[in-house]
Amino acid sequence: MKPDEVVPLLTVEDLSVEFRTRSGTVHAVDRIGFDIYPGETLAVVGESGSGKSVTSYAIMGILDNAARVTSGRVLFRGTDLLKEDEVRMREIRGREFAMIFQNPRTALNPIRPVGKQIADVLSRHAGLSASEAYRRAIEVLAQVKIPDPERRARAYPFELSGGMCQRVMIAMALSCRPALLIADEPTTGLDATIQAVIMDLIGEIAQAQGMATLLITHDLALASEQADRIAVMHAGHIVEIAPTKDLLTAPRHPYTRSLIAATPAPAASLSELAAIPGALPDLRRDDLPPCRYSERCPRHEADCDGPLPLERLSARHTVACWHPL
Amino acid sequence: MTVLLEARGLVKRFAVKKDGGWWPLNRRPSQIFAVDGVSFSVAEGETVGLVGESGCGKSTLVRIVARLLDATSGEITFGGADIGSVPARQFGRMPQRANIQMVFQDPTDSLNPRFTAFDAIADPVRRLRPMRRADLKARVFEMARLCGLPEELLSRFPHQLSGGQKARVGIARALAVEPKLLILDEPTSALDVSVQVVILHLLQELKERLGLSYLFISHDLNVVRLLCKRVLVMYAGRIVEQGSTADVFGAPAHPYTAALLSAIPSMSTEGRRARIVLTGEPVSPIDPDPNVCRFYSRCPSGTSLCTSAGPALVPVGSGREVACHFPRLAQSEVGRVEGVRAGSYNTTG
Amino acid sequence: MTELFSHARYVLTQNPLSGFAFVLFVLLLVLAVFGPALAPHDPFAGNTGQALQPPSALHWLGTDQLGRDILSRIIIAARLDLAIAAASVALAFVVGTAMGLAAGYLGGWTDRVVGRITDTIMAFPLFVLAMGIVAALGNTIINIVYATAIIGLPLYARLARAETIVRCGAGYVEAARLCGNSELRILLGHILPNIMPLMVVQTSLTFGYTILNVAGLSFIGLGVRPPTAEWGIMVADGASFIISGEWWVALFPGLALMVAVFCFNLLGDGLRDIIDPRSRT
Repeated sequence: MKPDEVVPLLTVEDLSVEFRTRSGTVHAVDRIGFDIYPGETLAVVGESGSGKSVTSYAIMGILDNAARVTSGRVLFRGTDLLKEDEVRMREIRGREFAMIFQNPRTALNPIRPVGKQIADVLSRHAGLSASEAYRRAIEVLAQVKIPDPERRARAYPFELSGGMCQRVMIAMALSCRPALLIADEPTTGLDATIQAVIMDLIGEIAQAQGMATLLITHDLALASEQADRIAVMHAGHIVEIAPTKDLLTAPRHPYTRSLIAATPAPAASLSELAAIPGALPDLRRDDLPPCRYSERCPRHEADCDGPLPLERLSARHTVACWHPL
Repeated sequence: MTVLLEARGLVKRFAVKKDGGWWPLNRRPSQIFAVDGVSFSVAEGETVGLVGESGCGKSTLVRIVARLLDATSGEITFGGADIGSVPARQFGRMPQRANIQMVFQDPTDSLNPRFTAFDAIADPVRRLRPMRRADLKARVFEMARLCGLPEELLSRFPHQLSGGQKARVGIARALAVEPKLLILDEPTSALDVSVQVVILHLLQELKERLGLSYLFISHDLNVVRLLCKRVLVMYAGRIVEQGSTADVFGAPAHPYTAALLSAIPSMSTEGRRARIVLTGEPVSPIDPDPNVCRFYSRCPSGTSLCTSAGPALVPVGSGREVACHFPRLAQSEVGRVEGVRAGSYNTTG
Repeated sequence: MTELFSHARYVLTQNPLSGFAFVLFVLLLVLAVFGPALAPHDPFAGNTGQALQPPSALHWLGTDQLGRDILSRIIIAARLDLAIAAASVALAFVVGTAMGLAAGYLGGWTDRVVGRITDTIMAFPLFVLAMGIVAALGNTIINIVYATAIIGLPLYARLARAETIVRCGAGYVEAARLCGNSELRILLGHILPNIMPLMVVQTSLTFGYTILNVAGLSFIGLGVRPPTAEWGIMVADGASFIISGEWWVALFPGLALMVAVFCFNLLGDGLRDIIDPRSRT
């Protein structure tokens, strides 16, 4: 698939989000932009405070009351989602987009059997009658490989394990065959074997339904296994976007390289594991430099203080750096 | 190497009420076998990893070893002295208390919100090694320095510290009374990748400088591989495989270990790898059948032998032990296993 | 500490009601401490010639049936009402917290015994129970304190117990054991400081209720006795005159009660916002 020919499913353009808090305004996300193409898996990787979850909430329109979108557009099939009203957004959520969250059990309604919760989504968005929706809900549970789906559909979330709850969430999310699935740390907190199964399941369904996936994670290794392209975020900026293989073998941004060097998976010994220098800048500052990595960057030079460039190294590889590697 | 900590046949059972049934007829209560016959040892200066997924009993096991919990049966010796027979409630008064300390998983939860960092680090010293005010202050400052904690942070409360700083306070507190064995319960899983690196380096440095032994629990095999020379793999309350990290991770003998390793994401550039998928339900920990291998219900390669005699943990050469009737071993080691195939869980060890 | 003050200042300025309640609280405190000096007339000096005078320039709130200045009596009654309520709340707080701590931490029989005690107290309509206790023990101020403290006990015991149970499972309690702390030391040195803020918030919220109980007991004649000036008695005295049109005798003491209860309730809300904003309903 060549991006020059294919039209992106979703385009985020120049998006900025701030939070008003008691201790000041947090500039959580600053003028980020990326595209998601139909059927691809894009991973957004970043540490805590990088703004990755905020980005996904902004796309879905479920930001906190204290949040303000101060610039940018989120284009989906030509319409800017940020300008849509809540009624229209509710239609889009669930039918075109779906989202699954980090703590599946807390994201489900604890006092309603899971089968009914899935059926709710179906009746709301697919216009099915209650009994049809329930029947379809059981089908969907089987699709996510939950054994004995009729019995499980009657279960409450507390009766299910974490992995099962996440499957239910996936079932809910995918029941209306959305075009885009946003998965915000879907397997954090789950055991490794369950994590693998869940991620593979998402991958299979995405492939079968031609669905695009936006995977938000702090785990670079996980992203490398699941994603076609990876966007690396740091302190509210996207510093690099590249196809997975290119990003891992030849990262062009110093932060990406440091992140790879700090991730245990490939390092053979402890001494090869390198800490990322410096610390995250305080996002409440008014005097944040245009490149928010510059204060930590060992390659910092005088001309790094100009406005942040976005270099397009190739059709699918962009990096935001004055002196890419 | 001299053995520092030795655990033999540790068992921990919790009584649990079974639903349904007439109460007077339920004479024998059901039991969860959280830890079911675990034996292992940690030598001086060694770093031993303990891996396993949630519910495998590793948290219960280390709490027994750290003497926060009493085992139902089994022995624990430390430096040759029996510490298992002293009840957990009284262990705080024993001189051995200072020798075994622990670093917890969630730095936020393990620090008292009303204690400053100074108070937190000083607490064990005040209780176990009482000294004059000036000496105490010097000691706390020294521990803070050792753990890379700037002096001015000592007067702060946990909510004013970052995740990495809180983790350092936890480590400083554990080291303040000069323990010989440090148990680390997933010390970096709540931390960002960049902070994790720093803490891991710190732990390695401290180990070398202070001559510590570590029992390092983690669900992240990649981290265990970096820090630990030997590793124990636990499943459903039992150790299923034990050996040097290089051997166990390089060529896992137990099917569970193999499945676990294949599930961990690696930074390969080939995309999704072929995985060993575990189908089936985990066995219930309540009143498990001693003659059935606990892993059988999810094992990709079990036979009827696995349901008639639970496999015991047996040596398979070069310091390795596996509890499986059909371990994947190099040809040279297969012969050694043949003779012990008919073992069951009821044998000790 | 400075962080607490700046946070407190923030809450009080953000929420005008809390700030207002705080001002009222200070006013009540001043009245309680300096009462006698602030009263314009002698609260006990009656002048039957001046009985039942409506509010005027001389007697701002009028006079009662014995010619005593109502304003002065309200002012000095503040001291008595607040003092009794404070003693009662303090007693309930100390005993209740201790019971709750023990029940939560030790469990087993301690928990069951404390549970039965609190259940027994709560089985009665609380005010009726207080009436019964005062009637049985006698009409003295100290007995009023005991009675209102007993009915206030269960709330503290239950809250302390629930909060203790939550904290028993916390990582720092395990860590404290590793540090060699004895169980008692953990309970008092590690857990108690953590439940204290929530308990303190509770005292303010129940203060208003306790004032009402004290005044209520006096209203029905089981509390403080005349000629002592106390808001409840004053309302009781004035009740019989409402029909004949002398509304001020009962109204102003009643208003004073209302203002005091209102003040403490709002103050409790404000305190809770300062100390633990997450538990806001």
